[in-house]
Amino acid sequence: MMKGVLSICLFVIVLLTGWQSLVSGFDLPHYILPSPMRVVTAFTTHFWLILRHATVTFSEVMLGLIFGALLGGMTAIALAASPVIRAVMRPMMVLSQALPVFALAPILTLWLGYGLVPKIIMALLIIYFPVTSSFFDGLMRTPSGMLDMARVMGAKPSAILLHIRIPAGVPGLASGMRLAAVYAPIGAIIGEWVGASEGLGYLMLLANGRAKIDLMFAALFMLVVMTLALHFLVDRLATLAVRRIDPSAAS
Amino acid sequence: MISPSLTIKGDAHIGSQLIFKAACLEIPAGGWTCLLGRSGVGKTTILKLIAGLDEHISFTGDISSSDAMPLAGRIALMSQTDNLLPWLSVRGNVMLGSRMRREHGQSDQADALIERVGLTEFSDRKPHTLSGGMRQRVALARTLMEDRPIMLLDEPFSALDAGLRAEMQELAAELFAGKTVLLITHDPAEAARMGDRLYLMTGGGIEDLKAILPQQPKQPQQTVREFDSAEVLAATGSLLSKLREIP
Repeated sequence: MMKGVLSICLFVIVLLTGWQSLVSGFDLPHYILPSPMRVVTAFTTHFWLILRHATVTFSEVMLGLIFGALLGGMTAIALAASPVIRAVMRPMMVLSQALPVFALAPILTLWLGYGLVPKIIMALLIIYFPVTSSFFDGLMRTPSGMLDMARVMGAKPSAILLHIRIPAGVPGLASGMRLAAVYAPIGAIIGEWVGASEGLGYLMLLANGRAKIDLMFAALFMLVVMTLALHFLVDRLATLAVRRIDPSAAS
Repeated sequence: MISPSLTIKGDAHIGSQLIFKAACLEIPAGGWTCLLGRSGVGKTTILKLIAGLDEHISFTGDISSSDAMPLAGRIALMSQTDNLLPWLSVRGNVMLGSRMRREHGQSDQADALIERVGLTEFSDRKPHTLSGGMRQRVALARTLMEDRPIMLLDEPFSALDAGLRAEMQELAAELFAGKTVLLITHDPAEAARMGDRLYLMTGGGIEDLKAILPQQPKQPQQTVREFDSAEVLAATGSLLSKLREIP
């Protein structure tokens, strides 16, 4: 733990030094690459503005994450429960992966307007496949000995799913959610770039258009902090969930 | 429930591979039948056929019980891996079957069985905190909880060390008294000690080894033979040489 904090500090120091020497060494104008100090100033002076936009992006990401997890989870369970659903849905899911989600952003904005909804749907779409496929893998990898035992016990398939397969699939769902926490902000930001009146993506485009590159970097910094926080939160929850299911598994 | 005897006759294939041909296995009511054989010879296939877990096995023949009733719902299974669910406590694992069948009011019976396998003080513990022998005792209690007349045991003690194995054999013999038991094993000593009937499975088929078993039948009150009696040791030796004769 202590070592981790230390190596992060070291990394930040190296990054900042490199950045500052790049700016001073090549005498870069601040509208191309602002110095770290300028970004810090922009961050503090515009803190409340940045925070307001960050709140919007954060809600989009969280709602996308929650709905994406629910939808992906239900899809994985349906796929695992029924070979018929599997046969029908699997080609559809593979096909849907051939379509870049980014390409859908303008269409979603056209249909659903400039509000939160198209961004939430973008975040949802981008995490749907990783959540579904990891959880589905987890559900299908239940040890066959457990399933044989349950069948001999006279349990119905629905009871086996509920009592054995779903709990045994939780580690799969957990790794899907770890990916989702990193992907979901991408979806929301793309949604905001295509058309929005609030959010960090919108703020970055706005600052860029007005040559306020320091503000743009400050907004980017906020986005990184947010994504990291989300990553650590979800990672922690996922680890707790996996430990509850299989306390002997090394985390 | 009265334990029936079972008869299995026929041929089995998995894909194009022959597992056994013209087999005839008689499993007497209320006794221990041991099916001995080397690893990978298809012993588990027979067990899966009886248990109705046979979707990949093509079987032509007949599996019948002495009372001509269907076998489904009268069988309990115990295997080498304990198959304990790591997220459930000992009690939760013992009650898994009744919980999945939505039967209620079985917790007294579960506690009684946990006591009989000597794990009362561990009943709230999770399986990962238990030793291998304790885990297998939980599996034993779970199998008994099913209260079925036919027990199919697939090398349930083979992962335990010799001392623990002998102990488990005695406990299982005591707890499964009166049930029709098929024990699959690759351990000649186990077969010589436990068996009322004995079969040897080879690539060629299934051979009845009645002659090798200790002549003296097990007494009704004596559930296993003494592992160090001369007869059991002699039978163990002959079984081992029989196993080694197999190409």
